Amino acid sequence: MVAVQSRLDRLVRPTFGRHLLFALGAAVVLLLLSSQIGAYDDYNLTAVAIFAVAAAGLNLLTGLNGQLSLGHGALMAIGAYTASLLLKDHHQFPVIVVLLAAVLSTGVIGIGFGYAAARLRGPYLAGATLTLAVAIPLPQVATRYKSIFGGESGLTVAPSSPPDWLGADFPPERWLAWIAFAAAIVTMVLLANLLRGAPGRAFKAVRDNEAAAALAGINVARTQVLAFVVSAACAGLAGALLAYWTGVTAPAGFTLALSLQLITAIVIGGLGSLAGAVWGSLVLVFVPLLTSGMASRLSLPSSVADNLPLAIYGGILVIAMLVAPHGIQGALRRILAYGRARWGNTPGGGQKGVVDWDDPAPDT
Amino acid sequence: MKSVMGGNALRIRAIAIVCLAGLLAACGTSGDNSSGTNTASAPGITATTITIGSTQPLTGRAAPGYSEISPSSNAYFNYVNDHGGINGRKITYYYYDDGYNPTNTASLTRKLILEDKVFAMFSALGTPTHLAVVDYINSQKVPDLFVSSGCNCWNDVSNHPYTFGWQPDYTIEGKILGQYIQKSLGGKKVGYFYQNDEFGTDGVKGLDAQLGASSVPDASRQNYVPTNTNIGPQIAALKASGAEVVVSFSIPAFTALALLGAAKLGYHPIWVVSNVGSDVTTLTGLLKNFSKGAVGGALLGGMVTDAYLPLTGDSANPWISLFKGIHDKYVSNLPWDANVLYGMAQAYTFVQAMKAAGRNPTRASFVKALETTKLNGGPGLAPYGYSSSNHLGFLGVQIYTIAADGTQTTTGPVYTSSDSGPISQYSGSASTPPANGIP
Repeated sequence: MVAVQSRLDRLVRPTFGRHLLFALGAAVVLLLLSSQIGAYDDYNLTAVAIFAVAAAGLNLLTGLNGQLSLGHGALMAIGAYTASLLLKDHHQFPVIVVLLAAVLSTGVIGIGFGYAAARLRGPYLAGATLTLAVAIPLPQVATRYKSIFGGESGLTVAPSSPPDWLGADFPPERWLAWIAFAAAIVTMVLLANLLRGAPGRAFKAVRDNEAAAALAGINVARTQVLAFVVSAACAGLAGALLAYWTGVTAPAGFTLALSLQLITAIVIGGLGSLAGAVWGSLVLVFVPLLTSGMASRLSLPSSVADNLPLAIYGGILVIAMLVAPHGIQGALRRILAYGRARWGNTPGGGQKGVVDWDDPAPDT
Repeated sequence: MKSVMGGNALRIRAIAIVCLAGLLAACGTSGDNSSGTNTASAPGITATTITIGSTQPLTGRAAPGYSEISPSSNAYFNYVNDHGGINGRKITYYYYDDGYNPTNTASLTRKLILEDKVFAMFSALGTPTHLAVVDYINSQKVPDLFVSSGCNCWNDVSNHPYTFGWQPDYTIEGKILGQYIQKSLGGKKVGYFYQNDEFGTDGVKGLDAQLGASSVPDASRQNYVPTNTNIGPQIAALKASGAEVVVSFSIPAFTALALLGAAKLGYHPIWVVSNVGSDVTTLTGLLKNFSKGAVGGALLGGMVTDAYLPLTGDSANPWISLFKGIHDKYVSNLPWDANVLYGMAQAYTFVQAMKAAGRNPTRASFVKALETTKLNGGPGLAPYGYSSSNHLGFLGVQIYTIAADGTQTTTGPVYTSSDSGPISQYSGSASTPPANGIP
């Protein structure tokens, strides 16, 4: 037992330290960056951080545990409504309390859906989670219990104002960016540790072959439920942050399109990697901004110009999948693997001069 | 180095010019700022331009019809720009597609205010979408003009001093429709068919205030949500309740669905439809589309509705001939319908307000001017109601009926009201546009 413990420590500690160091570095960079750019860029970076949290959770579920969820937009809605209900009628709660409450409520609901999901496979699982996406943010629910959920127009969320010691002129956008960065970094560190430990290996074992995993002594169903709960909690956190970011929680903000956007993010970014979730979120936020700018610069009839941003966006996604079928992170890994093969230094034990395209690179 | 110095010198010169202009303005004839030189008096206003912005559903479920509004406003602005602009300033109008999704509205509104640095928000469309940003816009002290929604939530002077509505709110509309039913359709059993959000419930509030809540039983109050197109059960319930008059606070697609559903059941009540869902051009298209060509505009025969702008088919009206002319020249790719008229009329109101604010307004002085200056004349049938205690635009509507061939006929005078006050007949005469079409 003691031996196992010490071996665990040896395994975990350096990794944990490395993750922490990386997180600290990211925090410093983001802090400096956010202070240099304008309020609008801060606002967009906040969106990246929010989507990164949700996409990281989804990537854990889909990329690493093999459960496809089309319902993460609905889980975000649960987090967002939890936050908005807490802040309703000008109730003042510290941000941290609101965020934790959203994580908790979504996590609890995630247990229920996790159990259901663990019994389903492939298209049936996708179908079940699709129901979730369509059913939870149903305007009918919000309008039926209008006094609670505010109907179609939703619940407004008061912004979290920056603390006084930052000065009166401190932009609220930057303050929200800091909150979202902190949430994203904490989430990433926790997820990275989880994935580097026994649960992470169990996730992947179950994904690759359920029978083999069961034979190896892994409780398949429990592993799947755990993955679903962690993933749901991430979505809940992202949903609560989104409520602050948008300023309103309404059914129209949580359509099926949101769930599909998250899937897009992890596929474009790179399935099964936390860094991929970040790349995907950057694409999700900045490419539409770019395309809408491009479309408005061309003088086209409105029927074309209105739909052009979506068409360009779709085109970029198609090209990205053709060029980098393993997502951005996959492409980066290939470039790295190529570099390693070319210039020596092959830590994976690969042969010098041979590119191992299926390099089992670390998942974080 | 040289370029840096050049930049500084330029900046100093610019500051000097601004200071000088400020001094001149201060020395001007006792506060009359309509003469003098143009200055960059506020964010979004330069000596030669005024920049404003909007969020609109250009794609998605709210796009049909509504996506015509902002290009039409822009057409009127282009017309004004081609005729010298406002005090020599050209109007630049940015409108972005939010797909009727509040999350997009939130981010695009920040883009307009923080990055595009617009002077004011203009004509932003939708109740749920605009509710998402109304606090933010007011916290930034940006004028939030003429929200394209009849929710009475825009008339909240103490919490949202920078926000102004434009079209009559749905409660006022409900009251005036209710009065028509009392006067002209008295004694008939009334039923409601309404959208289950602020649009529908505000309308019902006005109807109940006029007709008395107890006069319409629960069985005759049917609602729908815009995401569910199966409204057969509601129409069947209305038929079963024996309603002879059905008041419909519905968007065009659901007005068409309700008419088709009722016709299928052999149910032919008198339809009284809110202005939002009664545009003949839009409805005829929808009816043909939904019935695969089996039914057309004939189903609209006998419909009662109301208007706060002249009717698009009234070619003798000088406002219609002005706006139709601009439509034909600048946005002829759009159908000439009520949405186009709406966008142009809103743009006209903006130019009126801009002129009223003087040559070099700030954001605050602009809002003050809109509250205190009477805007004379305008495309509305009733005058504007803007004051320091009221941020609603037009306070009145006129009833009109639609014949089976699509002809629209106004009936009775223009009535005005407020959410809680009585209905009164508007006695003023209709205004005519200035000769050049610019206020």
